[in-house]
Formats: sequence, structure tokens, C-alpha cells
Amino acid sequence: MLVPLSWLKEYVDTDVSVGEFAERMIMSGSNIETVRNYAEGVSGLVIGRVISAERIEGSDHLNVCMVNVGGAYGEGRPLQIVCGADNVRQPGILVVVALPGAVLPGDFKIRKTKLFGTESNGMICSAQELGFEDKAVPAEIRDGIWILPDDMEVGSDAVKTVGLDETVIDFEITPNRPDCLSIIGMAREVAAVFGRQLRYPEGLSSDSGTAGGQAGDYIDVDIRKPDLCPRYVARVCKDIEIEGSPFWMQRRLMFAGVRPINNIVDITNYVMLEYGHPIHAFDIRNIEGGGIVVDTAGDGDRFTTLDGKERELAEDMLLINDNVKPVAIAGIMGGLNSGIVGDTETIVVEAANFSADSVRLTSKRLGLRSEASMRFEKGVSPELSGSAADRVCALVEGIGAGKVVSGVVDNYPGKKDAKPINVRPSRVNAVLGTDISAEDMAEMLRRLDMKADITNDGGTITVTPPHVRVDLKEEIDFSEEVARVYGYNELASTLHRDSAEATASLSWRLRGLIRTVLSGMGYSEIQTYSFVSPKGADKIMLPDGSPGREFVRLINPLGEENSVMRTMLLPNLLEVIAGNFSRGNQSARLFEIGNTFKKSEAELPDERLSLAIGFYGDGDFYSLKGAVQTAFIKFGMKKIEYVSDRETGSWHPGRCARIEISGGEQEFPDVTGGDRSRVVIGHIGEVHPDVVKAYDIDVPVFAAELDFETLAFASDMTREYVPLRRYPAVTLDIALLADESVTVFDIEEIARTNGSGLLESVKLFDVYRGKQIADGKKSLAFNLVYRADDRTLTDDEVGEIHSRILSEVAKNTGAVLREV
Amino acid sequence: MNKTPGQILDEAKVLLAKAGAEQDFEAARIKYLGKNGEVTALLKSMGGMTAEERKEFGKAANLVKREITGLINGGKAALSRTLVAAKLMKERIDVTEPGEGFPLGTLHPITQTIDEISRIFMGLGYSITEGPEVETVFNNFDALNAAQNHPSRDLTDTFYITKDTLLRTQTSPVQVRTLKSNEPPIKVISPGRCFRADTPDATHSPMFHQVEGLLVDEGVTMADLKGTLDAFAKRMFGDGAVTKFRPHFFPFTEPSAEMDMSCFVCGGGGCRVCKGSGWIEILGCGMVHPNVLKVGGLDTERYTGFAFGMGVERIAMLKHGIDDIRLFYENDVRFIGQFA
Repeated sequence: MLVPLSWLKEYVDTDVSVGEFAERMIMSGSNIETVRNYAEGVSGLVIGRVISAERIEGSDHLNVCMVNVGGAYGEGRPLQIVCGADNVRQPGILVVVALPGAVLPGDFKIRKTKLFGTESNGMICSAQELGFEDKAVPAEIRDGIWILPDDMEVGSDAVKTVGLDETVIDFEITPNRPDCLSIIGMAREVAAVFGRQLRYPEGLSSDSGTAGGQAGDYIDVDIRKPDLCPRYVARVCKDIEIEGSPFWMQRRLMFAGVRPINNIVDITNYVMLEYGHPIHAFDIRNIEGGGIVVDTAGDGDRFTTLDGKERELAEDMLLINDNVKPVAIAGIMGGLNSGIVGDTETIVVEAANFSADSVRLTSKRLGLRSEASMRFEKGVSPELSGSAADRVCALVEGIGAGKVVSGVVDNYPGKKDAKPINVRPSRVNAVLGTDISAEDMAEMLRRLDMKADITNDGGTITVTPPHVRVDLKEEIDFSEEVARVYGYNELASTLHRDSAEATASLSWRLRGLIRTVLSGMGYSEIQTYSFVSPKGADKIMLPDGSPGREFVRLINPLGEENSVMRTMLLPNLLEVIAGNFSRGNQSARLFEIGNTFKKSEAELPDERLSLAIGFYGDGDFYSLKGAVQTAFIKFGMKKIEYVSDRETGSWHPGRCARIEISGGEQEFPDVTGGDRSRVVIGHIGEVHPDVVKAYDIDVPVFAAELDFETLAFASDMTREYVPLRRYPAVTLDIALLADESVTVFDIEEIARTNGSGLLESVKLFDVYRGKQIADGKKSLAFNLVYRADDRTLTDDEVGEIHSRILSEVAKNTGAVLREV
Repeated sequence: MNKTPGQILDEAKVLLAKAGAEQDFEAARIKYLGKNGEVTALLKSMGGMTAEERKEFGKAANLVKREITGLINGGKAALSRTLVAAKLMKERIDVTEPGEGFPLGTLHPITQTIDEISRIFMGLGYSITEGPEVETVFNNFDALNAAQNHPSRDLTDTFYITKDTLLRTQTSPVQVRTLKSNEPPIKVISPGRCFRADTPDATHSPMFHQVEGLLVDEGVTMADLKGTLDAFAKRMFGDGAVTKFRPHFFPFTEPSAEMDMSCFVCGGGGCRVCKGSGWIEILGCGMVHPNVLKVGGLDTERYTGFAFGMGVERIAMLKHGIDDIRLFYENDVRFIGQFA
């Protein structure tokens, strides 16, 4: 809400500096976006009269002008200025001239120059160049220079003469305070903050029109939908002469960001800004039958609004009709068929009130917003309609735009009596932590233009807020009113006494742990959008019918790429890897832990935390597997099996493992049917080369995705001490020649099963293929450690077990001891 | 004429002064102290002397023996030290060569910021609680006292899954969940993801993070709200942080406020970060509206509470001087790696 200070000061006195004014307004709840003075940093502007203006030969738009600036520059001779505006070629007009050396807003310095070979001593200014927003500049000077009224003194300081020394404050109005979308509303706040009296502007009451007759002779109002139109006030003005409004009014509108149009439209806008109450004016010639009927539209009706656009209506949209046709969409925009035109003589002034919901829904459905609809949506008090109409009439006569017909047509089916609200000072003090007396509290409320009476026992204040304060509905609302007059920063600053103990869920703590472990191993955390493209499923070649394709969909996504909730993290991880790869980063080791979403019978989808890890650059499958294994150790997980998996679409069929864990005695939740003691926690592998290609990555990518909920469930953070072993171990290294199809896990399992409890560990330490090894074979070197808890093992004991292991391995896998 | 002990000692000193290698010392030892050495010979020669002479001569000869032994041992030790020093110097390395690199992973700056905020509030006794990203319209709006016609409910502002479910636009619905399932004293914070239908640009992201806070108990006042958030600001941004509170509007709090903090870059003088005002907007807060407490079935005369919510991206951007919110979700390793 742009508020020119000089306008505000018509209704309330303030004498503090602008800085202090702004600070105190902000701290009382009227937050300020910007404070701006149009004269600040501006110099060298004078009023000039264009004596002559002619197109420079050969130029398609430049004019050479002789401008009389009185004695303002040099020896008083007219200045030659080159100007590119078409509307300058009207000898005799008054303009703003920026003399050589002048400074315009934005620190734009004006110098003598030559344009098209012609000397130019300054610049003739447009309103935009003086700092006005394009949307606030009158149409006829929007593409040219600002042509001023003819009564200004040539050579005078233009900042003073034009009135540019104006401070405009842009207040940020919260949605609960529609009353502040008006100069008077802001003046009410100022009066409260500075303890001043609020002065209302003068209206012209219905018994004091200067034209003959009565409004009721001209117009008749029938509200057919009183729920949607609580009040309709109509007044009539005649002998209207449509012309520009006075310069002071145009200037105020421009400072407030509203474009001047003509005297009648300007008055309606002026009063809307002043009171916060939208006003509409009809040319009475277009009100057929002299009747105004407020009623809803017929479904599919078509209507052309003032902006020239034809719109299709729906049956619950509220319209203003005459006896024959619609003339306006209530509270939003008038019709092209009934607006003010050049030869309008008699007008109907409409100050009506419409339901906020109705205006909002209609405005939204039509995609049509206006200053009026924006105010009605937030709530306008119907009590304002009468005085707003009176104010319009006062201005019509005040600026000599026409004569006001006596009388008013005022239909007010929705009148409600103001109900006082009981406010207990004890309650307000309890919320604020204050000890304000009932008297002081009542006084604070009175400063806000409220009636406040203390009951005899002093326990309650009976408060009647001004009718425009639609936000004040119950007792608690007044605690903020008291607090902001008292001053938020005057309230004490304390800590509540309690003995609450901070806790966090296991899941929260384990997420912290996995982040620490993975980052310690060189993996960096990423965060990606929860909503993704459904195409990700195709890109990672997820098989048809896979649960990963069962998406929870958004009704109104920003685009297809964010249209479904992710079912897994892998596609996002690959997108991030692709992004890093394409930007030339040599390698990236990444992980994400975040929610995935699954359709559910319940009201809300299932949200499950997932963990994805992946990298490109130095390393292979085993680098990633090592990181995953280390994380499992940290989580205290023991029974993990990596099973070669060729069935998944996303992974290299020869380089992928399904990771299965056994819960031991505990059963896993969330397992439908099957073995509840053993679940697949996820997959690890080299991403399928076709998938990698689909992401435009030219190097192998290794990744794993694990269900974090299962990981957390299976985690075991207890640590039980195992006595250190005291007797010496016997260590034997073997090399086995095995078929490629034999897995390390097979051999280790046979060794463990046949170790008679004396095989402490079996570990692979080398794999060799190549020279001396036949095709389709590999050499696996293991280190076996034998040890007993209670004695030193003899060579015979070890020998016997060791031979048995070797023969069992040979029998079951065909792998034999390699002769070295 | 045999040499006197004094002459032997003088000669030995001259000889040993020239010794530069292990074998020189060995040769000197043999020459003087060996089986047939000169000092040994001196001692042997005492057989023919009187007791008186022997006493005198023996003393002198033994003195010479000790001195020469000392010279030889001292010389050898010095030589050995020199050799060791030379050997070590030969082994010298260039200590300015870079160390062996260990890959260091980094937590995402959003995670780090949430962790820091959480640690501070856990220190003040707040427990961590979380809610789902897909929420009911009831929890996200209705229960939070948002007017039926509030524009934030529009399809242009909020992502919907069905007409009754949506992507939460704030972490505040966790207040509702907590109030429904717990009895006072309630003292929680709730970090998490939020969503609003904003097209991404330097200052907007359709997904972002908030940390919500809620304290409900008997006797909770707005003064407690101020004290708590002031303590938070000082722990998060340093003891020099000064806070101020401005009236604002949120449907679910009354009174409502925004907290500003003195700019930690310029200290309040005005700079680019605070846009010249000296103050930075940090969070929104207020006293929980009785209508919200009622959703949890609480006696609003007995219990009061406060709530607050802050944008994690905003705080992270302020703390680290990040000027584009999209960087958080591009996940370039050159970006994330800066927050090691």
C-alpha cells in the first residue's frame, strides 16, 4: 500500500522525522517495504515552455526544441534541447526541463551533448524519468514527455512547482488488516502509535445536493441476493463534464501508483484509496429502465468487461444488472457497455458491499483481479459504503466535475449491530507476561479508535472496535492490540521453567550415524526434490509392474519433471551424478537419505526413508561394497548376504547383488507373506550401461539403494565384550583353482561349516586370473586362522580339519589346491 | 731410554687429534693399551722397581692409561655422532610436498544447519519430532485456524495430491499432530521439508526446509517466547546478536510476531546482506491461538503456549553468504565440498 505522506497528514498530525516515523510504525506492526522521496538526489529541474519543436532533418524521431526556462539558466536565452518524444511538438506546452548538470532519480546525470549533430542543452523529462511507475502515468503522456498544467511559473524550481518533494511509504499490509489498505486506515494506526486525533475527510450528505430532484427519481435498487450483497448505496450526479482531474489529484494518484484517467474515474479511485472502499460509476444512459438489479449470472452467459475482454460467466457469479442486461461483475469490474465516456452527463455512483468469498471465487474463476476485487476479497466493512458515497459527491462538487442530486438509494439488508467483546485484563496479562492495569489497557485500546469500558468489578473491559477492524473477533485478538501499543520490545524476556528432557527418535539418531560414517569414508550428502518425473522409472529401466512405478501423483505440479512423489532415490542420485559429470567434475562420491512415497489404502501415502549411495571416478564395485559393509559394521548388523542378482533392469546383470539380511530371533515388520526373518534390504551394483548412457554419463557408475527403515530395525547398537583369545593361532594360506562360477561365499561357507569350531576366520586375500590359469578358471587365495579357546592346537589337529575343509571344498565346488 | 708416561701421553694426544676414522682409534688403542702397547709396557716395567718407586710411577702410568682410554672413547663417540648425523641428513625429505589425501565427505549444508539448530534447542530441552511430507488439508490449514478462503490454499500456491491431501506448505502441521497425541508439557521442535508452488529462481524453491518449535504448558507467556528465541539467536549467531520483535500475522498464533536480528555482517550499520537496514528477518512466531490448542483437546484457560518457525535455507544462506537457493538442490560437489 503506497501512502504519500502529505495525503496521510490530512487526517492525522505527525511531526517526527520520516526515519522515526517509519521505525515506530514498523515496531507497531505496520511493516514498511520502502520509503522513498521523489525529490531525493534530484537537482537542476525547472519548468520550461516549449517555444518551438521541429523534427531534425534525417532523424526518424528526434526533435530540436527551443525551450524558455526564464532566468533559470545562462543569460536567460531559450535553451536548445533535443528531445525524442512525439508529444513535444506542441509549441506552448509547459514541461519539466533538466538543465545541464541536473541529476535525475537513479543518479542519472544530464550533460550538454550533441545528438544527430545538433547541440542539446539538457533534457525534457517524462514522468517515468522523474521516478513514476509506468502503470501510474496517464496514457496520453506515457510514451512521451510530461505535459504540465498551464498555470505553472516558467523558470521556477520544478521540484517545488510540480510537488515532487513527496515521501511515499510502501506499507506491507498483512491479510488480516484490509482496513489498512486505505489512507484513513493507515492514519488510524498513526493516530494510535503517536497518540494523535484522527480527522475524517468531509463528505456531502444526501440532503445537501445542489442539483434538483432526488436520487430515487433516477434510480431504483433491487438486491436479489442479499447474502452476497449486504449493502448497496447509490447516488446520482448530473451536469458532469468529463475532463482531466485537477493536477493535485492526479499527482496523488500517481504517487499512490494509480493511473489518472478522467475526473470521475479519478474521484472513484481517490475515494477507494482514501477509504479502502471500492466505488464504481455508471453512465445512467446505459442503465436501461433505471433499475439496478443485483443478482447472479446465468450459466454460460457472456459479458464484456471494461478491459474489452469477453468473459464466460457461471451461475453463481454475482452481477450488477439493469432491467435488461448485466452492466458489471459485482465488486470486480464494470462492463464495457456502461462505463464513463467522453460525453457522459449523468452518473450513478455505486458504493456497494459484496461478500468476500463470492468476489474471491468469481475473480479466481475468471482470472480477473482488480484493485476493487483485491479489497473485497480481504473484507470491506459495509458501514463504510454511506460515507464513501458521500465523499465521492463532495469531490464531484469540490473539483467542479458536476452537480450532486439530493437523496440516496441505500439498501442495507445485511446490517449488523456492532457487538462488544469482553476482554479480561487478567487473560491478556497471562498471555503477554505483563502486569498492565485494566485502566491502562482500556486506554491503549481507546488509542486504536475502540470503545473500551471497564466493568464495575474491574475484571473485564467491554470493547467495541471500529467497524473496519474485521480482524477483531474474540478476546485473544485484543492481546495483540494491547501488546503492540505497549510495545513488543517492552515485554520481558524470560525462559519458561520446566524440566523437559530432550529426546530424539532412534531413526533420527541413526540417520545422524549413517551420515557420519559415510562422510567419514569420503561420501558427500546430497538433497534432492521429493517430487520427480515419472520418466525416471523408464530411464533406470525399471521393469513394468514394478512397485517403483506406482506413483503418488500431484494434481497441480509445476511441470511433468516434478509431477510424482519419488518411490526410490536412485533416479535422483543418477541425475545428480549426471549433473556433476557434465560440469566436468572428475569424480563424485554421494549419498542421500530421504523419504520415498508409496500409495496406501490409508488417507496418507506410506513414507519410508531410503538410503542411496553411489559414485563415479576411481574405484569399482568392491569400493562401494566396502563402504556399505563398513556402514553395516557400524550399525551392528551381522547376518548379511550378497546374492548375485541378474533379474533387475537397472543394474549390470553380472555385477549386481541383492543384499539380504536375517533378523535372527526378531521378525521384520512390513513383510507381506514369506519369510519374515529374512528380507531383501536393497541392491548394490554397477548401474546398467544403458541406464548410464540414458543419463549421458560416459563412465561406469556404481550405486546401492537400501531401505533405511529395515536397516534401522535390524541395527544393533549394543556391544557385548568377547574375551580376548590367549592361545596362539595357526595360520595357513591356500590357493585354490576354481571355476569362474564358484563364489567366494560358497568356499567360505564350506570352510566355516567344517571348521569344527576351531576355524577362527577365513579371508580372501587375492584373486588371480591369466598366465598359468586356464580360461574360465580363477585362482582364489585364502588365509585361514585356526585357534582354540582353551589350549594350543597341535599340528595334527589343525591338519585334520584343514584337510577336511579342502576335501569338502573340492567335493562341493570342484576347486582344488593349486600347486605353486 | 724408555719414554716417560708424560711423553707417551703427549704423543698420544697428538696422534688422537689426527684420528678421523674408526680404525685410527683402534690403532691407537693397540699402540698404547694393547698387549704390547706402550702404556701396557710401562705398567709391566714396574716389576723391577722399589715399592716406593712403584707407588709413584704406578700412579702416573695409570693416570696416563685413563686419559688415553678417555680420549679414545670420547673420540669414537664423537665420530659416531657425526656419522649418524650425516646418515640422517642423507635421508632428508621435502616436507613441503603435499600429504597423502584422504577423501573427506561433506554433509549437505541444509543438514548441517538443521543439526546446528536442533542441537541448540535440544540443549534448551526441546525434543525432536517429525511429521510426514504429504499431509492432510485439515492438519496443514483447518486445524491451524487458516481461513477457508485463505489464498495460500489455492492450487496456485499449494501442491495437492487429492482434494483432502497435499504436500505440506509448512512444518506447522506437526504442531497439530503433537498436540493431538501428547499431554502438556509439550516441548518439541520439528525440522523437515515443505513445499510451495513457486517456480525456482535465486530466492524461491518449490521445496525447502523449516524448523518448527512448540512449547505448551501452564503459565507460558510471550516473554518466554522472546527469551527463548533471543537465546537461540545468540547461540546460533554469536553473543553479539541483538533481537527485536515486530507484530505480524499468522492465523495460528495470536499475538503473532516476526523476529529480526541485528545484522551479523555489519553489526547493524547497514550493508548488502541486511539491505541497509541493519536488521535481518530471521523467523516468525507467536502465542499459540486458542483454536489450535482446542484441536488438541486442551483447556485453553489452563494452558498457553508459543510456536515459531524458521526457514532453514534462509539461515544457511545468511550464515554462508550463499546468494542462490537453487545451489542447494543442484548438488554440485564443488558446492557441497565447501562445507566440509
